[in-house]
Amino acid sequence: MRHHLILRVITKLLIGSIMLFALYVQFHGDYSPGGGFQAGVIMAVAFIIYGVVFSLDEAQRVLPPWVVHKMAALGVLIYAATGVYSLFVGYGFLDYTALSPDYPEKGQHYGILLVELGVGVTVTGVMVTIYYAFTSRTPIMDDEAW
Amino acid sequence: MATETVLHTALTLVDQLPALQILVSFIAAPLIVVLGSRRLAWPIAFAASALSLVIAAILLSQVLDGSIISYRMGGWAPPLGIEYRVDAANAFVLFLVAAISTVVLPYARTSFSKEISTRHHTAFYAAYLLCFSGLLGVTITGDAFNVFVFLEVSSLSTYVLIAQGAERDKRALTAAYDYLIMGTVGATFFVIGIGFLYMATGTLNLADIADRIAEQGSNRTIRAAFAFIVVGIGLKVAMYPLHRWLPNAYTYAPSAVTAFLAATATKVAVYVMLRFIFSVFQPNFLFEFNTLEFIILPFALIAMFACSFVAIFQSDFKMMLAFSSVAQIGYILLGISFLTETGVTAAVAHLFNHGITKATLFMAVGAYVFTANGSYYDTIQGLGRRMPLTSAAVVVGGLSLIGVPGTAGFISKWVLVQGALEKGWWPVAILIVASSLLAVIYVWRVIEVLYMRPTPENCEVREAPMSMVVPMWIAALACIYFGLNTDLTLSAAQTAAQGLMSGSAGMR
Repeated sequence: MRHHLILRVITKLLIGSIMLFALYVQFHGDYSPGGGFQAGVIMAVAFIIYGVVFSLDEAQRVLPPWVVHKMAALGVLIYAATGVYSLFVGYGFLDYTALSPDYPEKGQHYGILLVELGVGVTVTGVMVTIYYAFTSRTPIMDDEAW
Repeated sequence: MATETVLHTALTLVDQLPALQILVSFIAAPLIVVLGSRRLAWPIAFAASALSLVIAAILLSQVLDGSIISYRMGGWAPPLGIEYRVDAANAFVLFLVAAISTVVLPYARTSFSKEISTRHHTAFYAAYLLCFSGLLGVTITGDAFNVFVFLEVSSLSTYVLIAQGAERDKRALTAAYDYLIMGTVGATFFVIGIGFLYMATGTLNLADIADRIAEQGSNRTIRAAFAFIVVGIGLKVAMYPLHRWLPNAYTYAPSAVTAFLAATATKVAVYVMLRFIFSVFQPNFLFEFNTLEFIILPFALIAMFACSFVAIFQSDFKMMLAFSSVAQIGYILLGISFLTETGVTAAVAHLFNHGITKATLFMAVGAYVFTANGSYYDTIQGLGRRMPLTSAAVVVGGLSLIGVPGTAGFISKWVLVQGALEKGWWPVAILIVASSLLAVIYVWRVIEVLYMRPTPENCEVREAPMSMVVPMWIAALACIYFGLNTDLTLSAAQTAAQGLMSGSAGMR
């Protein structure tokens, strides 16, 4: 039952750095190429590669499907809540100036960080959901047939 | 570091209404999923929908005198930023969409409980709200690309909603898939058209595009953009040769979804078409004039006859209504193709009147599906006395569909005939009346099935629950009310038509 030893070891080494890279892309999105979409996909890759190598059940023990579904919705809420906050403070919807009225340019930074965080969470959730949806169908070939 | 204080006047709640119009339902949708409670899903959806209706009513009352509300998303001024722009034309459509949704949701609760398994309910209401806010977004936005984005939000959730009918009939899956393919082709054409417009004008703000097109006149890029946009939106409208997705999608979707979509989705697409044909492109361009007179007008006439004929020979009540919808869209497109103020008034009025009429009828079909488990004529025969309230609503809706005086359908057809006579198009006016006679036939068939045929032996069908009958009758009474009191519909439709017809000037 110990197949693909090299794959397993390398995957375990990779997952950490993939996640770290995802966070880097996430939080450097406003300075350099990147942002929520890219970071979300990279973060999802960490879970997907775990699922590919260690089986779907293992992946779903780490990240159960119901959590993933909530993540997809939660990200949208984070995004919207940022806008609603600015709306309550008396600015337009998603007017980031509201986050720091005295230093508008800082407000823009905070705003884009929060919004991209929402995007990242949603994209991670959606990517993993799609992966779960496709792989949880009955396999055509089982693991032993390799 | 800039330390100067930036003066800012806080926006009041009323200023924020254009944003709140879509935000309420757009936030409620993920909220339902995050809470994940089956008991809370419906109350949240209903509260969001009712709140949207209140906002739409306030917005409509503000713009009925012909004024315009402009809202800057994210505080970026148009034409660079995304602008939300409310005028009489789209406030009217916003009101229609929100009103239909608020009436349909109480009905949907009972109807879904039988048609959709409970474990899908939370996700279902979330998809419903996304579809709802997508439709509102398409209507309210003043940015061409934003129209596309919201069109996709509403379309993608619509495919999900239609596919939910698979629990009752597996054909819902192929219907949803057909619509997915056709809808995606339509959206692609639409976005290609917007790409051409952006190439020609360098801007995405609708009012700004209109100004620049007026400056530079017609050229090949703009003509190509026009063609792509008309075909793309034509698919969403179910314009005659592009309508094949509609009958199956409406027939196999869950009843409440059909009632909601039939009354709103195609109507919103018609609004987008009106906006592009009359405000963004100049109605006095020769190519546009030709398109309307030699393409849209004949196809509208064919739709009125061909689809009414097909509707006559259906054996399924729901399928019959779906084909009748395509025929009725023919009337709306006919009004547009007149290129006169009366014609557009008729189109906008029929958009509203047909919306409430079809909502009534599809809700009645849903009641038969609920009690008798089907909408085939064989299944519902003789139910007129068993389900008196539902069947009476069918009669009211049917009369409005034909255009009998005293119902909403009459008003818009009357204005339409007036428009045809104004242009001196006598044959068209006669064709409008003639196609209404076809509507008499297909409506009579249903009434005959319901009232004249004997009720089958050992039939245990009883009247549908009140939660379904009451919303149905609210829509049915609206059909009568708007047939007798035309102040709101016609004056709003006229203000809308004036705004639309004045080209780019109407967007300022």
